Amino acid sequence: MFRNNYDNDSVTYSPTGRLFQVEYALEAIKQGSATVGIASANHVVLVALKRNAEELGSYQKKIIKVDDHMGIALAGLAPDARVLSNYLRKLAMNSKLVFNRPLLTSKAALSIADKAQENTQSYGSRPYGVGLLVGGWDETGAHLYEFQPSGSVLEYYGAAIGARSQAARTYLERNLETIRQCTEIEDLVVHGLNALRDTLSQDMELTMKNTSVSVVGKDQDFVVYDDEDVQVWLDKLDSTSNARDVDEAGDAGNAGDDEAAEAENADATGIASGANEENTASDRMDTD
Amino acid sequence: MNHDPFQWGRPRDDVYGTYNQSIAKCSNSVEFPSMHTQQPIITGTSVLGLKFKNGIVIAADHMGSYGSLLRFNNIERLIRVGSETVVGISGDISDLQHIERLLHQLETEEEVYDNTGAKLRAPHIHEYLTRVLYNRRSKMDPLWNAVIVAGFNDDRSPFIRYVDLLGVAYGASALATGFGAHLAIPLLRQLVPYDEDYVKVTEEEAREAIVNSMRVLYYRDARASDKYTLATLSFEDGKVQVKFAEDMQVENQSWKFAEKVIGYGSKQL
Repeated sequence: MFRNNYDNDSVTYSPTGRLFQVEYALEAIKQGSATVGIASANHVVLVALKRNAEELGSYQKKIIKVDDHMGIALAGLAPDARVLSNYLRKLAMNSKLVFNRPLLTSKAALSIADKAQENTQSYGSRPYGVGLLVGGWDETGAHLYEFQPSGSVLEYYGAAIGARSQAARTYLERNLETIRQCTEIEDLVVHGLNALRDTLSQDMELTMKNTSVSVVGKDQDFVVYDDEDVQVWLDKLDSTSNARDVDEAGDAGNAGDDEAAEAENADATGIASGANEENTASDRMDTD
Repeated sequence: MNHDPFQWGRPRDDVYGTYNQSIAKCSNSVEFPSMHTQQPIITGTSVLGLKFKNGIVIAADHMGSYGSLLRFNNIERLIRVGSETVVGISGDISDLQHIERLLHQLETEEEVYDNTGAKLRAPHIHEYLTRVLYNRRSKMDPLWNAVIVAGFNDDRSPFIRYVDLLGVAYGASALATGFGAHLAIPLLRQLVPYDEDYVKVTEEEAREAIVNSMRVLYYRDARASDKYTLATLSFEDGKVQVKFAEDMQVENQSWKFAEKVIGYGSKQL
């Protein structure tokens, strides 16, 4: 109710022990378009939905290569993601130069977490407004981590962040067994795109312009597919349009309902934070 | 401007007259600032290393010489880093102690602070030391050492590689620093004439060759001692074993012939 007393800076605890500035940063991620990551035993796939500010503008990049064996996908403030990816590149090059050893995915994820955490306990700074999916292949295998500006990092088999990402998570939860057993990159990408497709709003579909695909794993350097290159992957899908439209045609009944309900929830939180005084339409930063 | 490196940045004497040092307000000024790591003081002599089919033997004696004075006889020059690497260091002992500290710091960071499951192995430690040593020599302030790193690659094949105060690095199946490069390498190479021959060498043969070389060094190197440490690293049954023998002593010396040696030529008994 009296939230505003305790949300002026990131070093003030609320009476219930919360950091509202950090929670607002987490809201910024929800404003960004969705990003999905999945990991099998030997590969990690990151797929992302790109947004353009207006019809004439280009689509904001969502996937950034860090090194031959690692890359990140973002949801939230793109400039913050650039800062963090540059830092990761520096760490990766340092590890290569000083130890002749590729940077571990776990170490990369924890390093940016430490960096983000510092911003939650020093006056004058702000938390990063971006969530990242860090995927990599190293001597300990294929790993996928979700990074949050609160400094929390968790490892996942499948993760999704950004607007309407709950729908993608639902898909991943339902198909976890088959995803984990994928040996072919192709099958993994199709699962990733299926999950991403579920995050689409009504009357939208995956196109080569708004979709990014990336792959990394055993004997597979990190590679991003964009524009024309992504069409080959889209062609492997049975449909590129929203799952709810497909549902109309027949097979699943309650699945669609769940997702619709969840999407509604996500929208509701979006509206709630949008209504917050801090977030008037005029000075709201763009998120991707 | 004078382009002589020792006078760099100073006005030229033949144009402006001799530079007045007192302008710079350093009363006991010399031509070049003093540097403290420009020569080794307490030194350790050779380190020897030899590959065998599933491991490495590495040895170094316990002497720390102060010029020709055999000042310290209990210096340990083989440093264990992590569970499967041994670093042998010759040259300046204070710099050795500095490197020892760096390596133990590194070990703590890697294996305790962010225990991420990946081991710091010999190739990584060697690369790190190469960076450190080359960086220091590039600052004209070298760590006055020659180092041999012994251990295993990620696939657990034996690894041994050299790096010195210039940042020069190389690998071979038989390696030695300092005096050992002249006296021990020829003996060790009888076992491994070519680099890939190490696969034919057994642990016993490698150990014997190193023990013999340590004896030859004790005969002919005035800075060597007869007490030494010999470490054997081997990979067997999926496990790395490191045996550290710190109480080795040069044995079976042959001095019997000495009593028959009289004079330098013409003098007879």
